[in-house]
Amino acid sequence: MTAGVDLGAPQIQAIRSDDDVVRVRQLVRTVAVAAKLSLVDQTKLVTAASELARNTLIYGGGGSAEVASVDDGRRRGVRIVFADSGPGIPDLDLALTDGYTTGGGLGLGLSGARRLVDDFDVVTAVGEGTRITITKWSR
Amino acid sequence: MERVPVLKIGDILLVSIQVDMSDQTAVTLQEDLAERIVATGCHGVIIDITALDIVDSFVGRMLSTIASISRVLDAETVVVGMRPAVAITLVELGLSLNGIRTALNVERGMELIAAARADEWVLTDGDEDAETTATT
Repeated sequence: MTAGVDLGAPQIQAIRSDDDVVRVRQLVRTVAVAAKLSLVDQTKLVTAASELARNTLIYGGGGSAEVASVDDGRRRGVRIVFADSGPGIPDLDLALTDGYTTGGGLGLGLSGARRLVDDFDVVTAVGEGTRITITKWSR
Repeated sequence: MERVPVLKIGDILLVSIQVDMSDQTAVTLQEDLAERIVATGCHGVIIDITALDIVDSFVGRMLSTIASISRVLDAETVVVGMRPAVAITLVELGLSLNGIRTALNVERGMELIAAARADEWVLTDGDEDAETTATT
């Protein structure tokens, strides 16, 4: 491998069951190791991915995670896109508040995941679905 | 679905989580443990998470719930073997693991449980035989 590393095609994991959440974690771990993220950064990214994959399943009614190795010219990183066609998030600010939950959880999934990654972007429309993109860069 | 084994060692139940648990596996473990505490009369539970490379909010909540359930069933829970990267991530995630005792490894966890039980005995003795204790 030389400069202009082949970053490979994004890998897609469907999220339809509990076990798929485990598969998302494993896929993200593999890509994060290949992208040479530090152990702490790998751990943070896999944890964030676990939270968001669970949200996709529980609140979005299932969907997918697309995991890709990325490069901005200075550093490498891992980008994950979680997409569902669920009910969407009516009040995003509220949903991003620590402790707020409409399910039975701790309300840390979305807000906690945001703290664990470098870039966090949510596109959501009521009745259409939610698309969350996160990126973690190597330091 | 995979099931996490619960081992009885003396007066302690030892759970060593070796798989990447699905949420359902975690919930089943919670129920299995409650049953085993009652069935065995054990007073201590050690959960070894050395092999876990992440603890997310779901597993964190499971650990807190197990600690609460065992307390109600007269058993102490100690979580041991947390990796440094997991600890850093947990704090940043905002998970405080309320009410959970932790120790660095199984051995220290066992000492912690023994000490906690010893304290309780002293307290109980003091309550019941206040006079005897005072004179001795």
